[in-house]
Amino acid sequence: MTRAQKTEEKFFKLLMIIATYFIFAVLALIIYSIFEKGIKAISWAMLTQIPQGGYYYGKEGGILNAILGSLSLAFGATVLAFVIGLPVALYLNVFLIRHKKVIDVIRFLLDLVWGIPSIVYGAFGFSLMIFFRLQTSLLAGILTVTLFILPIMIRSMDEILRTVPIGLQEAAYSLGSNKSEIAFKIFTRQSISGIITAILLSFGRAIGDAAAVLFTAGYTDHLPNGLLEPVATLPLSIFFQLSSPVPEVQNRAYASALVLTLIILIVSLFSRGIGKRYHKTKINF
Amino acid sequence: MENSTKIEIRDLNVYAGKTQILRNINIDIPRNKITVILGPSGCGKTTLLKCLNRLTDLYPELKVTGQIVIDGKNILAAREDIYKLRQQMGLLSQRPYPLPMTIYNNISYALKLRGIKNRREVHKLVMHYLQQANLWDEIRDRLREPASRLSIGQQQRLCLARGLAVNPEIILADEPTSALDPISSQVIEESFLKLKNDYSIVLVTHVLRQARRIADNVVFMYLGDVIEQGTVQEVFENPKMEKTKLYLGGTFN
Repeated sequence: MTRAQKTEEKFFKLLMIIATYFIFAVLALIIYSIFEKGIKAISWAMLTQIPQGGYYYGKEGGILNAILGSLSLAFGATVLAFVIGLPVALYLNVFLIRHKKVIDVIRFLLDLVWGIPSIVYGAFGFSLMIFFRLQTSLLAGILTVTLFILPIMIRSMDEILRTVPIGLQEAAYSLGSNKSEIAFKIFTRQSISGIITAILLSFGRAIGDAAAVLFTAGYTDHLPNGLLEPVATLPLSIFFQLSSPVPEVQNRAYASALVLTLIILIVSLFSRGIGKRYHKTKINF
Repeated sequence: MENSTKIEIRDLNVYAGKTQILRNINIDIPRNKITVILGPSGCGKTTLLKCLNRLTDLYPELKVTGQIVIDGKNILAAREDIYKLRQQMGLLSQRPYPLPMTIYNNISYALKLRGIKNRREVHKLVMHYLQQANLWDEIRDRLREPASRLSIGQQQRLCLARGLAVNPEIILADEPTSALDPISSQVIEESFLKLKNDYSIVLVTHVLRQARRIADNVVFMYLGDVIEQGTVQEVFENPKMEKTKLYLGGTFN
């Protein structure tokens, strides 16, 4: 290496190191501030009670309504998006194998809708609700969030299924497997850990989004009470509490954010556990 | 003579876009013999093998014309039941691709595709095919382990057993020993010599010594053309074409 090359190498290496640690520091700061403010406000009552009269002025009560609301909404949307999304991803990778152009167009469209902000999905869901004369409800929220996470679900599963080696497909075809066999026995098994990651990613987006549920799921101080009733969600709960002028309530917003973060953490760890269990039959190439 | 031919390849041409990969291939592959397709890398051997069980269908860029007649049926005709047809052939590829399941299920999956579901029968046949591929003694206690834990040589024999489990009449092997250690290679070669009594074997290789050791018939290919074909004695001891002589002499490969 010449001296100039050496300097260049040093410079870019330094740049990468700075960028990496900077990002890491910012993330640590976010988590720290949530913990720092949230831990003070969090209490057993907050996790196990619904808001009592005067909760938003700093009196007793909790956010159980939002915790359960968010969980049921995100769970419903993730299940629905998975049930629709897996067949789409398998169709792209197994059945459309001879139509590369069609696949490219579909992938491009999915990437396009992936980028649409969730508030647009919220508005679309809202107009659908008016059309079907639905009120704000868990159902409307689930449907809107499903639409919002579908591109994420499909494309992340698609990217994993794409990595199934052609040799493995040939081996399975040569045994006389038909395409559905290949799709459900070979592709899904080989990609199981990636599929779980896709589900997890979608769940995280579903539970964390405020804009898509703002008009569609509504908000209530009651516990979720059926598909056709409005539900509270954690992001909106954070929003309402943070907009309060009362400092204790603002701190509770951080406590709610902490709860949301912990839910996502628990779901991640859990999914990884499942992923590992199935990972061992995966063939590494 | 008619009876001894298992596969007749007639005027087979394969194009990938504008490039022609195989040119006017005409080969007779005899029953219960080992036919070795020999030639340097990139001469179209693998493509030829993939035409035989129509794995070429998986590659949209390939266009195949001509006829491949197996037992009187042209398998390139669009209406043939491609899934049944593939079961007549066991495939062994360059490197082993065990299915993402347990060792046992790799075989039982193939049996299920054949319609065998009775548990006792499945059990018996799994053992039978693993024995036939010289693998049973090594792994009899590990049947419920993921196939990915086997060594490469064992995986390749597992793939052979799996290929046999669909009860084929033909074995297609694409340089099946190229990723293996010498001992595993030898085991595979010995299996082939045993298996040829019951199967017609098509083996693609670029290893001259391997061809000489186990071939009955040899087809020499170069850049998409069949240069010469005949029995192993004819081709190896008395090659007629200049290119064959050069290749056998090690001048190019």
